[in-house]
Amino acid sequence: MKTFVTVVGFSLLVIAFFAGYSSFGIPQIRPAPPPQEEELDLGAMGMEEFIALGERIYEGKGTCTLCHNPVGGRAPPLEEAASVVEDRLADPIYQGGATDVVGYLYESLAEPSAYVVAGFGKAGSGDTVSPMPNILTGRIGLSEAEALAVVAYLQDLAGFEVTVDIPSETVETPEPAAAEQRSLFATPEDAIVELACGGCHKIAGEEGELGPDLTGIGAHKDREYLRRAILDPNAEIAEGFDPEMMPEDYGEQMYASELEMLVDYLAAQK
Amino acid sequence: MGGRNAHRQASWGKGLGVAAALIFLVTWGLGVIDPAGWGASAAFAQETTDALPAGVVAPQQPSEADYPTIAGVNSRVVVWLVAQLHLWFAAFVLAVPIFVFIIEAIGMATRDERYDRMAYEFIKVSITAYSLTAIMGGLLTFCLVLFYPHLFQYLAGIFKETMFYYALLFFAESACLYIYYYGWHWLQGGFRKWLHLTVGLLLNAVGTVLMFFANAWLTFMMSPAGVDAGGVFTGDLWGAVHNFLWNPINLHRVIANIAYGGSIVGAYAAYKFLSARGSEEKAHYDWMGYTANLIAISALLPLPFAGYYLAAEIYAYSQQMGITLMGGIFAWLFIIQAVLIGTLFLSANYYLWCGMGRSDGGVRYHRWVKYLAIVIIGAFLVWFTPHTLVLTNEELKALGGPYHKYLGPLGIMPAKNTAVNIMILFTTLSFILYRRANKVATVSWAKAGNAAQVALFAAGIANILFLGIYHGYFTNTVYKVASSIPQVATTLIIIVASTVLDRFIYRGANEVGPIHWGRVPDRAQYALFLLAVAFTWLMGLMGYIRSGIRQHWHVVGIMRDNSADAYTPTLGYAANVVSIGTVLFMAMVIFVFWLSQVSGTKTHPAGYWKERRA
Repeated sequence: MKTFVTVVGFSLLVIAFFAGYSSFGIPQIRPAPPPQEEELDLGAMGMEEFIALGERIYEGKGTCTLCHNPVGGRAPPLEEAASVVEDRLADPIYQGGATDVVGYLYESLAEPSAYVVAGFGKAGSGDTVSPMPNILTGRIGLSEAEALAVVAYLQDLAGFEVTVDIPSETVETPEPAAAEQRSLFATPEDAIVELACGGCHKIAGEEGELGPDLTGIGAHKDREYLRRAILDPNAEIAEGFDPEMMPEDYGEQMYASELEMLVDYLAAQK
Repeated sequence: MGGRNAHRQASWGKGLGVAAALIFLVTWGLGVIDPAGWGASAAFAQETTDALPAGVVAPQQPSEADYPTIAGVNSRVVVWLVAQLHLWFAAFVLAVPIFVFIIEAIGMATRDERYDRMAYEFIKVSITAYSLTAIMGGLLTFCLVLFYPHLFQYLAGIFKETMFYYALLFFAESACLYIYYYGWHWLQGGFRKWLHLTVGLLLNAVGTVLMFFANAWLTFMMSPAGVDAGGVFTGDLWGAVHNFLWNPINLHRVIANIAYGGSIVGAYAAYKFLSARGSEEKAHYDWMGYTANLIAISALLPLPFAGYYLAAEIYAYSQQMGITLMGGIFAWLFIIQAVLIGTLFLSANYYLWCGMGRSDGGVRYHRWVKYLAIVIIGAFLVWFTPHTLVLTNEELKALGGPYHKYLGPLGIMPAKNTAVNIMILFTTLSFILYRRANKVATVSWAKAGNAAQVALFAAGIANILFLGIYHGYFTNTVYKVASSIPQVATTLIIIVASTVLDRFIYRGANEVGPIHWGRVPDRAQYALFLLAVAFTWLMGLMGYIRSGIRQHWHVVGIMRDNSADAYTPTLGYAANVVSIGTVLFMAMVIFVFWLSQVSGTKTHPAGYWKERRA
C-alpha cells in the first residue's frame, strides 16, 4: 500500500508540475476569437473608410501579414506591390489576363500563381506555383468587395492614387472590435503603460532611455511620421539610436482607433 | 474456473456490445435507421438531410443555436476528454500487441521461455484495456452524434463505407485478440507456436488498419480532399481517405504507439518491481522494465523526425496552417513540448545509467555519465529557450530590447534542430555504453574500432554543429530550414553505423560476469514512472495542438465551427484539460493493472462450500 501511495503521489506531482508550468511558467496569450461578421453599408462608405476596411482585412480576416511580413521571409513584401505592376504585366512569365493595376492586384488574390515572384514559389515548382491560397474561397473566403478593399489599401500603401471603384452592394465584413479579445485602451496613457512604451521611451511620466525622448516629439514630427514610426519602427532610425530595438508588431497589438489615439497624443506633445 | 469463465464472458459481452453499438451509430449516421422522436438534435439532423438533393453529401453550416446543449455540460470539453481517453487506450492496445509479437518472436528465436511468459503477462493486461478502448470509442461516437450532429453526419456521409468496415473490423480484432490470448497455452510448441504467432501478426494487421481508418477521418478534417471548394463530396472516397496529411499522421502514430506502449509496460514493471518481495521476482520485473524501456527508447529516437516530417507536411499543405502551428498562437506550446521531451530523454537516459549497476563492468563507464548528462541537459536548455519574451517595463529596460543579446539566437529553429540531434546522439551513446558495460571485446582490431567509433561521433557532431550554425545564422531563410535535412541524415547515419560497428567490435566478446537483474536502485523505477506520465501528458498536449490548428473550423475551409466554444483557449486552460484527462487515464490504467493482478489471485474459503463425500 505504501508503494502504491508513493507512486500515485509521485505521478500526481509530475502532472501538477506540467500543468503548473503551462499555466504560470509561460505567458497566457488569449488567441483572437473567430472573426465575427457584421453588415456593412458600402454605399455610404467614403474612400478613406474603404481603404481602412482594406487595412483591417489585410491585418485581420485576410491573414495577409502572417506571410507578407519582413520577419519570416515567406512571401514578398507588399508595401510597393502596386508600383511594380507594370513590370509584372510585361514580364513573359506572367500567366494572367489583367491589364491594369487593380485587375492585377485583384487577380493576385484570386489566382496567386498567375505571377510568382522569384524565390517565393512552392518548393520544387521552379517558381511556377505559388504557395498562397485563393483567398476568395476556402478558409479565408473574402468577398469580392473585401478583396477590392484590400486592393485599395495596397494602392494607398504604395502611395498611389486609389483607382478602385467602391462596390455598392452590402457585404459581410469583420467587426474591428472583435479582432482581439480585450477592451479598448481608455486613454493614451493606458496604451503607453500596457504596451510598455515607457520601457524604452521617456513619455507619460515614464523614464525610458533606450529609445528617443518623446516628450516633445510633436513639435518636430508630423502625424504621418509618428504613425509610420509605430507601425514600421525600422523604416527610419532616430540619430544616436540602434535599429532593430523596437518590436515591429505594435500595429498588430492595437486597434486602428487606438493607434490613431496614440498618434494624436504624440502629435500633441509639443 | 468459474471466475475465469465469467471474466471471459464479460469481455466478449463488452466487446461485442460496443461493436454492435458502433454499427448501430454508423447506420444511424447514414440515415438507415430513422431516429425520429429521439430528441431535437436527431430530428434536426434528419431535417437537414431532407433539405439536400438526394445523393449529395455537403456540409451544413449550423448556427450557434443549432448545437445541442445537454445537461448543461460543456460539449467541447466532454468530447475533448472522451476522444483523448479513447486515443490513449487505443494507442496502448495497438502498441501492446506489437510489443508482445516482437517479444514472442524473440522468445521463439532464442528458445528462452522468459520472453514467452513476459509476452503473456503483457497481453493479459491489454485484454481489459481493449474493453475500455471500445467503450471509450462508443462513448466518443455517442458524444459526436449528440453534441455535433451536423459534423458527424457530414463525415459519415463521406466515410460511410470506411465507418461500416471499421465497425465490422472490430469483430476481426476481437476474434484475433481473444484467440491470441486464450489460446496462448493451447497453441504451444512446433507448428502450433507458429500458428499462434501468425494470429498475433493478424491481430496487429487488423489493429493497424483500424487506426488508419480513424486517421483518415481526422486528417480529412485538417486537409480535406475528395470534395469540391464548397465541401460537396465528389464521390472519390480514396481521395478523401488519402488526403494530404493521412500518411504523415499514420507514420507518426505507429512509431509513437510503440514508444508509448513501451513506457506504459515499463511503468507496470516498475510498480511490480517496487512491490516485489523476493529477489527472483525483483529480477524478473527489472528485466521486464529494461526490455520495455529499450523498446520505448528505440521508438523514441526516430519520433522527433516523424514529428518534423508531419510539421513539414502541414507547412507544405498550407503555409497558413504551418505558421499558425509553429509561429503563431501555438508557438509557446512548443516550449512546453520541449520540457516534456526533455523529461522523456532525461528519464530514459537516467534509467540506462542506473542500469549499468547491474553489471560489474559498468563501473568502467561511470566517469563518462556526468559528461553525457551535461550535454543532454545543455541541449535540453537550448531547445527550451524561447525566441521572444513577454516583459515588464523594468525587464525590457534591463534587457535592452525584446530579445536577449546572447540567448535570443538560441530561440530560433536552427538552434533547436541542432540541440535535438545532439540530444538523440548522446542518448544513443548512453545506450552503447550500457551495452558495453558487461562486455570485453576480444577482436584484434577492437582499439581501432573504438577509435573509429569516436571519429564517427566527432565528425557527425561537428557536421551537425556546422550545418546548424553556418546555415542557421549566416545564410537566408531557405537554407535555415533546408539544413535540418542533412542534420537528420547525419544523426541517422551515426545511429545505424555506430550500432553496426559496435556489434562487430563486440562479436564473440567475453562477459565481465553474470548480469545481476534486480540490482538497480528503486529511484531508477521512478524514472520509468516519469517516462510513462510524461509520455501520456505529452500525447494529450500534442493531440490538442493537432486538433487546435483547425481553429474555428470543423473541417478546415469547408465547415465552420459556429458553436460557442469555437474559440481557441489559452495554453493554461488546455494544459488543465490534458492534466484532468491524464489523471483519469492513469486511474483507469491502475484499475486495469489491479484487475490483471486480481485475476491471478485465489482465495480458499474454508468451510464455505458443502463438503462432498468421496
